[in-house]
Amino acid sequence: MPAFKAPLDDIRFVLDEIAGLAAVSALPGFEEATPDLLHTVVAEGAKFCETVLFPINQSGDIEGVRLEDGEVKTPAGFKDAYTQYREGGWTGLTADPAYGGQGLPYIISTVMEELLCASNLSFSMYPGLSHGAYQAMSQYGSDEIKERFMAKLVDGTWSGTMCLTEAHAGTDLGILTTRAVPAGDGAYHITGTKIFISAGEHDLTENILHLVLAKLPDAPAGTKGISMFIVPKYLPTDEGRPGTKNGVTCGSIEHKMGIKASATCVLNFDNAKGWMVGEAHKGMRAMFVMMNGARLAVGMQGLGLAEVAYQNALAYAKDRVQGRALTGPKNPTGVADLIVVHPDVRRGLLRQKAFIEGARALAYTVGAQIDIEHRATDPAVREAAADFVALMTPVVKAFLTDQAFDCTNIALQTLGGHGYIREFGMEQYVRDARIAQIYEGTNGVQALDLVGRKLPMEGGRLVRRWFELVGADLEAASADDANTEFVQPVRKALLELQKATMLLAERGFANPDEAGAAASDYLAMMGYTALGHMWVKQVVAARRHLADGSTNGDRRFYEAKLKTARFYVQKMLPESSARWAALQAGAGSVMAVAVEEF
Amino acid sequence: MKIAVCIKRVPVMEVKFAIAASGTAVEEAGLKYDVNDFDLWAVEAALQLKEKAGAGEVVVLSLGPDAAQEQIRKALAMGADRGVLLKADAAPSDGLAIARALAAELQGGGYDLVLFGKMAIDSSNQMTGVMVAELLGLPVVTNVSKLEIAGATGTAHRTLEGAIEVVRFPLPAVLTVDEGLNKERLPSLKGIMAAKKKPLDVKPAALGEQKVSVRRMELPPERAAGRIVGEGAAAVPALVGLLQTEAKVL
Repeated sequence: MPAFKAPLDDIRFVLDEIAGLAAVSALPGFEEATPDLLHTVVAEGAKFCETVLFPINQSGDIEGVRLEDGEVKTPAGFKDAYTQYREGGWTGLTADPAYGGQGLPYIISTVMEELLCASNLSFSMYPGLSHGAYQAMSQYGSDEIKERFMAKLVDGTWSGTMCLTEAHAGTDLGILTTRAVPAGDGAYHITGTKIFISAGEHDLTENILHLVLAKLPDAPAGTKGISMFIVPKYLPTDEGRPGTKNGVTCGSIEHKMGIKASATCVLNFDNAKGWMVGEAHKGMRAMFVMMNGARLAVGMQGLGLAEVAYQNALAYAKDRVQGRALTGPKNPTGVADLIVVHPDVRRGLLRQKAFIEGARALAYTVGAQIDIEHRATDPAVREAAADFVALMTPVVKAFLTDQAFDCTNIALQTLGGHGYIREFGMEQYVRDARIAQIYEGTNGVQALDLVGRKLPMEGGRLVRRWFELVGADLEAASADDANTEFVQPVRKALLELQKATMLLAERGFANPDEAGAAASDYLAMMGYTALGHMWVKQVVAARRHLADGSTNGDRRFYEAKLKTARFYVQKMLPESSARWAALQAGAGSVMAVAVEEF
Repeated sequence: MKIAVCIKRVPVMEVKFAIAASGTAVEEAGLKYDVNDFDLWAVEAALQLKEKAGAGEVVVLSLGPDAAQEQIRKALAMGADRGVLLKADAAPSDGLAIARALAAELQGGGYDLVLFGKMAIDSSNQMTGVMVAELLGLPVVTNVSKLEIAGATGTAHRTLEGAIEVVRFPLPAVLTVDEGLNKERLPSLKGIMAAKKKPLDVKPAALGEQKVSVRRMELPPERAAGRIVGEGAAAVPALVGLLQTEAKVL
């Protein structure tokens, strides 16, 4: 049986020293959210994840969700766990206190997202989708809609969904066909079929609020003709109770590779009553509010699963004896040595550790910058934060989930044959991690978002600013000669990335296929460089503690930071140069093969 | 129902302990702290009794360093109403001194029940609750593993080796709580946020004279490495011989 313990020491280190928790808690509106309080919230939230959610992760995977007479039953323990989660106030973690939320910084939900996903990814889907619906409604909902629905979403008695995809319209939402017809009383009648709707139907809450993309009768073609509607499963009564059943039914649930305890539904809307959220034909704007939050959350899913898989791979490697160390027995009185002595096993473990700790630093930094984007008083500071978040969103989503999938796979490999056996839990992590590369925009789409939208945005300001930020941090770190071994390789990766950016601008302008063929390589280079940046920052912080002795009795934690950073720059970062070589080769070989020649 | 619960800040036990340079205490660097397990169950018992009664107050009391406010806040986050920290540099090793300071604070508080964990997992003295009862002149029931209160009378189960003792006692009383009474609730997010606003008084502990002190602390001797006496059936006579003569277990 696998185990999970929240990595609170590293979380604290990253929050305090890399992401800048103190700066977040100094923002207007967070007066009560002191760093001490936030650490307490994380520690107690972690306990909830370890003791309530993790124990029903494996059983939930084995049992899965069931569709009975149009109703979805979640696996044993999910309803109890959700009730505890809701009653504890966790559904309102960052929500506006005006609607009963706790009003805590976004950075804390970033941390909780990691812990929820590490302990039970399927479970995290239910409150996660509600949060997306909350964000879209709070930004675009009318006062009447907010009045009617927000408090229920925040206290978790009702949940939310995002209904975008149709059978023929996935990545290309412009061609969706769900229709909305004015009902005459300010409401609309929605008709159409949506697929892949996470948490579309379940037994955890008394009502479900679907946010549905549909087209009005006079809608222009394409994405400029899409509107958003809120369609409750049960129409609320005047007292705010679930009333008459609306025209929404769950036609079927998907049988998936992973996240088997998360209900993925086909929803049929048949003249269902709904209300418009935001303006007519501008539903894509509201949808992107949900989408951007969701993309970061999906990155955290990858990180969480990589963490729990690593913990179990490491525990196995420190327990399993097999073979002798190449340099002679390390455990002479035993029949064999621990497998953690073998270089190839170590290589796999370190790859996981270096990815996880670098990715955590990047993701939490993005989380903190989201708070700064929303709350800082200086508009220039807000703009810089917004630029960073927009640029890094596709990187966090795609790079973290690609690498995390590889990590869960390496973790499984650490256990050899036992990794392939269900009871050890590793194969579930691999299966669960796979979806994160696909939903909320496939990782290929993320690369196109980065190259096609984010790079040209504001005349290239986003990426320019980030290059300056990384360059300045490298410069500062290089003041200490001892850091050269870390700064040099990251500077090389940064230079190559800058060259790649120039090359893309030139070639992509002349031939869009050049940009398209380079996009994934480019995103990977940016991911490797961003993690390199984070490792340099961690090295600087760790050295400071080692130098002044403020190690709280744990020098090893900081020494391991230096050693892991060394592994990262020597053994992982060079992969960025390989992607640079591939990128330079251009689109020729990609496009030259005729369809019949495949 | 007015209930006081006395809790102690103790190190989390999953670390390897070292002895401080003084030679009389555990090295504190690198330790993490939490509420003593038995005390958490005492807090939970108090909260359940208050919830059942529908009214009342749960007051959490701790004697320890300033940092013990964290542990009091945790109990407040679980649902206790207010806290009192009797501040001392460290919890003294003289149990009677601790008991006197706690009793002085509890005296005249009008508590129906004063709850303790049956022992602190770090010092294992198991004496504070009993001494406080004596100082307050109240009946005491130790090692309570089941509890019912009806009006001014309580019934408690005490788990003994191979038997259960059922005890009846009048309120007010002092109880020390054993494992098995309940499982403590996790502090909820709402509870943590509410705890910030609950009153927590910090005052110096009136410790008085301390007669017991720790002279020396030492780690248990390292276990000697195992020895392989041979392989297969041929090794059995040698092994049996050693078990008889050296280990003296046969």
